[in-house]
Amino acid sequence: MGIEVRGLTKTFGSFVAVKDVSLSVASGELYALLGPSGSGKTTLLRIIAGLETPDSGSVILEGEDATERNPRERRVGFVFQHYALFRHMSVFENVAFGLRVRPRASRPDEADIRRRVKELLELVQLDFMADRRPSELSGGQRQRVALARALAVEPKVLLLDEPFGALDARVRQELRRWLRRLHDDIHLTSVFVTHDQEEALELADRVAVMNHGVIEQDGTPDDVVERPATPFVISFLGTVNIFHGRVEGGRGIFGPLAVEYPVHADSQPRTAAAYTRPHEFDVSRAETGSGLWAVLEGVTASGAMARLELAGAHGGLIHAELGRDQFERLAVQPGDRLYVTPRKVRVFVE
Amino acid sequence: MTTLPRTARLTEPRPVRWAILAIALGFVALFLVVPLAAVFAQAFAKGFEAYRAAIVEPDAVAALKLTLLAAAVAVPLNVIFGLAAGWALGKFQFRGRHFLLTLIDLPFAVSPVISGLVFVLLFGRRGWLGPWIIDHGFQIVFAVPGIILATIFVSFPFVAREVIPIMEAIGTEEEEAARVLGAGGFQLFFRVTLPNIKWGLLYGVILANARAMGEFGAVSVVSGHIRGLTNTLPLHVEILYNEYNAQAAFAVASLLGCLAIVTLILKTVVESRVQRSARPAVHTAVEAMSWESKSAV
Repeated sequence: MGIEVRGLTKTFGSFVAVKDVSLSVASGELYALLGPSGSGKTTLLRIIAGLETPDSGSVILEGEDATERNPRERRVGFVFQHYALFRHMSVFENVAFGLRVRPRASRPDEADIRRRVKELLELVQLDFMADRRPSELSGGQRQRVALARALAVEPKVLLLDEPFGALDARVRQELRRWLRRLHDDIHLTSVFVTHDQEEALELADRVAVMNHGVIEQDGTPDDVVERPATPFVISFLGTVNIFHGRVEGGRGIFGPLAVEYPVHADSQPRTAAAYTRPHEFDVSRAETGSGLWAVLEGVTASGAMARLELAGAHGGLIHAELGRDQFERLAVQPGDRLYVTPRKVRVFVE
Repeated sequence: MTTLPRTARLTEPRPVRWAILAIALGFVALFLVVPLAAVFAQAFAKGFEAYRAAIVEPDAVAALKLTLLAAAVAVPLNVIFGLAAGWALGKFQFRGRHFLLTLIDLPFAVSPVISGLVFVLLFGRRGWLGPWIIDHGFQIVFAVPGIILATIFVSFPFVAREVIPIMEAIGTEEEEAARVLGAGGFQLFFRVTLPNIKWGLLYGVILANARAMGEFGAVSVVSGHIRGLTNTLPLHVEILYNEYNAQAAFAVASLLGCLAIVTLILKTVVESRVQRSARPAVHTAVEAMSWESKSAV
């Protein structure tokens, strides 16, 4: 097992940043901690690195209990959100730092250091920048230097805090793919923190969705998208339509929507909500089974998709997404009445 | 063509500009250049031999030695204190932090004479701790230790005030990165922290040194003016002057004048380095401004 975290809790004053969190990351896995700001994901990452001391719980790295170890003994690579490159050192010296500060007995000689740093700079495609200062590099280049510096100490695990947060959209895309390829090559157990769900889903083997200091769900990108465990997970991973209502006697009634809900067979009604993503609707001009109709208010068509904003007969707004050609076949104008049928409904009892 | 006269009108008319410049330069000349020139003119009034004699005279040499000793003790102590304060106040947020920041400025706020009196009150013959110390065979007031204490007190804030804003601007991330990469405490300090603050630190040292060597008020109160024993250079200048030995007084004063010039040159060189090294510059500038406004109050 690469990283195992058991029952971690960390408070800052009266604020509980991380609340009894457990997770395990398999060796060689690329793992994402996804959540809004203040959800405790960065604190969790810093606890794994040893930069914060947990109030309780333990951290096990490659089978060894590291809870009591200070960061210099943990052999982790950490890439900071703003890179934290040593501003007074060249790119070369930044990468060499981890090797130069080793105790004399295990310190490689100068020729060895030069060779290793050169290899790493080649790996991040920055060998021609070795003599520059960090201030002379672009954001994406700094990011790669930070990565090379973290890898220089041959860490057992690699931790990245918002690795693409400070970059502009295009560089972010490129670097994301590059990082994925790099990970596939070197297969180092890695955890990265992000608030960008797209980034987490595209890059990670597994994702933990965090909120208010707890992990709401932990699974493959497919799991969290297709089988969200909590209302928070489904809301956080993109736009979703919410229909409020109740469940009773094996059925869910959400305004005009009625679905089978065998989980709650009790006759005692309970408040619940149904969630449907915009692309999970069938939209037609003819009346359909669900009986849910709405008036088209506006359309934004970008690329292959058309986003419809509809005023539902139940009083709420409905967001629906259709393929461009499908939308054109409907041939509707704002003000027209449309029938929407959810293909998929997820019910959460409150 | 149309824009030219318009931009010309944005600045003051030429005569006004020249007048303002002349006033500014006149002030500088009258209050800074002329006095400095006068010091050197008076010092050499009776020729180079007399100048040399005034400086190598045993009491003058003793005063110079004492001044150097006081600075040699006060400045390193201020460096240690300044680094500790910079680390604690620049890198951590805690309750009472602002109170401490204000406290560091105390020596700037009180008159040096008062700071001297405080030491007399504490360690003098009739002071709180004085009798006990004298019973144990030590003397602080009217002796060298008192002069050193007073010098430390008045030069106290300089290093800390330079180092704190820089440490604040740089933050803790680089140190954290170094720790994760395996650096120990000493490596962390000498390889990461110190290089980042070295120009600010040097700047503080220069200012602290200038103050330590030039201090008059506080030292005057605790000194007792014993010639050859407890006189520093500024005190020696005063004594000579009071004895109507103007030429000797100015000869010794010219040493302090040289110190001032060297300080100014070093200060200019280091200042530009400080500004270059302490990026993000915007943040540092804001910090520096908040310092200024604080000291103005």
